[in-house]
Amino acid sequence: MDHRDSSQKSAGQMNTSNVEPMTFAQKALARASGCDRVDVGEVVDVRPDLVLSHDNTAAIREIWLQFGQERVAAPEKLAITLDHAVPAPTTRHAQNHAEIREFVREQGISSFFEVGRGICHQVLSEEALVLPGQVILGADSHTPHFGWLGAFGAGIGRSEVAALWATGELWLRVPESVLIILEGELPKGVTAKDFALRIIGDWGADGGLYASIEFSGSGIEALSVDSRMALANMMAEFGAKSSYIRPDGRTRDYLDAVLERRAARSEAAGRLGSPPLRAASTQLFPDEGAAYSATYRYDADELEPTVSCPHTVDNVAPLSAVAGTVVQQAFIGTCTNGRLEDIAEAAEVVRGRQLAAGTRLLVIPASSLVLQESMERGYIQALVAAGAVIGTPGCGPCMGNHMGVPATGEVTISSANRNFRGRMGTTDAEIYLANPAVVAASAVAGRIADPRDLV
Amino acid sequence: MIQGRAWKYGDNVNTDVLFPGKYTYTAKGRDEIAIHALEDLDPAFASNVREGDVIVGGRNFGCGSSREQAATCLVYNGVGAVIAESFARIFYRNAINNGLLAIVCPEAAQAIQGQEVVSVDLERMEIECESGCFRFPALSETVQEILEAGGLIEQVRRRLASVK
Repeated sequence: MDHRDSSQKSAGQMNTSNVEPMTFAQKALARASGCDRVDVGEVVDVRPDLVLSHDNTAAIREIWLQFGQERVAAPEKLAITLDHAVPAPTTRHAQNHAEIREFVREQGISSFFEVGRGICHQVLSEEALVLPGQVILGADSHTPHFGWLGAFGAGIGRSEVAALWATGELWLRVPESVLIILEGELPKGVTAKDFALRIIGDWGADGGLYASIEFSGSGIEALSVDSRMALANMMAEFGAKSSYIRPDGRTRDYLDAVLERRAARSEAAGRLGSPPLRAASTQLFPDEGAAYSATYRYDADELEPTVSCPHTVDNVAPLSAVAGTVVQQAFIGTCTNGRLEDIAEAAEVVRGRQLAAGTRLLVIPASSLVLQESMERGYIQALVAAGAVIGTPGCGPCMGNHMGVPATGEVTISSANRNFRGRMGTTDAEIYLANPAVVAASAVAGRIADPRDLV
Repeated sequence: MIQGRAWKYGDNVNTDVLFPGKYTYTAKGRDEIAIHALEDLDPAFASNVREGDVIVGGRNFGCGSSREQAATCLVYNGVGAVIAESFARIFYRNAINNGLLAIVCPEAAQAIQGQEVVSVDLERMEIECESGCFRFPALSETVQEILEAGGLIEQVRRRLASVK
């Protein structure tokens, strides 16, 4: 059961002031614009903590050169990852990467991640380059990903990134917030991806248009870090500007471990600076009584494996309704579902089995760390033994660049985030979106299948 | 005043059909970007569009990727404005930042038929088409400033010059 209740108020941080309570988005944008408070609808000049770009960095540089500057305003605030077409599939792609490396050298950008390190959102999360309460703006539509750790992440265009390189600031409209509450524990075989697809199916691909999506409830608290990333990341397909999951012990432990390692490396290298940052030092919570434009409630035990059918993400159906559809390709990867937890689930499904004749399974870990850990735990070996193909950490064929694009007339089931016509390179292919275990089970069955039905 | 023929499409026109992802890291320059416009939605568009023509969409126009070419491929083809019931937020920003007028007007977006002549009067905030005249809400001050400067880059250049 789910219902809309516009009068719902949050159970959030105690509001000790007399002023009107603020949502997370208001607090994060107030902080980043140097204001005490900002109101919904207001346009503010924001100074983000981090600015993300990837294979589009060379094109952004071309725009930035029009400003006539020799140096970017704050190289330490730039993070650049080569991930969208790696390793370079053509000479032109290689040339693009070469131009980016030259720019990185020339500007002294230290947060640069080479081909094979992984997908921007995964890598910046693993490196703890974004902390709770901070604002990250990225030339990538899945930047709401950083809501997993309680940060404000929003996608912007290339010209806007160029403007940020030049000035360090950009205008943003303070968004309305939508509260989504998940109570209970997800049943076996049901994942955060299924929950995200259900939300998008229920309210449409524009159901969260322009909004900050705040999650709460016991079902969210129970989610692993990997699952939180999948959920926050998918809010891009809901039209959201940003998303937010309350940082808790799980979030802080994940980030603090990275921050401590970095501080130790710094110390070992003889660089003594300020004491290591802690995730808790920047975290922000919405005020109790903050106003939401809509509130949606879900009970976890009523959710089921969900599949998004061609050619829009909001065209969802229960897995049972599409089971049996023949697939030629299955793909596990991307910034949405290419993490350790996802590969573990896929490995568990295929272990001791063989892929169906006529069906290929591509597995592309979201990062080099995910790949290494997947090897240490034997997941990669199990997948390869079943007949899977393993690719270089990166975005893979998600957007039709290379490394496993479908032929015309073929059907792909994918753990990615988009199934638009032509998305994977040809308009005459169909893409179904599902959770990684369903993708793996479908590769074994040769048709869309429920892993719980495999015997 | 903008005047041209309408190219009408439906809801959720996404960035993959506006400008396919496979070209985003290689296509360079106006001409190479312009020829791929709407390639996977309406292959006849790029060779038949004329200066001042108007794109009309339904809800959530431009959803999907942040790729700016989804907006610039229209600019490079001379498109005068995009009228829709609603826009995906990154597309909206990309359009305005490149001086492409993006107008939210559900009534006009529904009334306009494909290939009819449409005119847009920005000063009077009116859209005129065969079935009547529709008013659209004022653009925000921020958006007006960017459009008046001719796009975000020019606006930032001016700001940087005034600081010096």
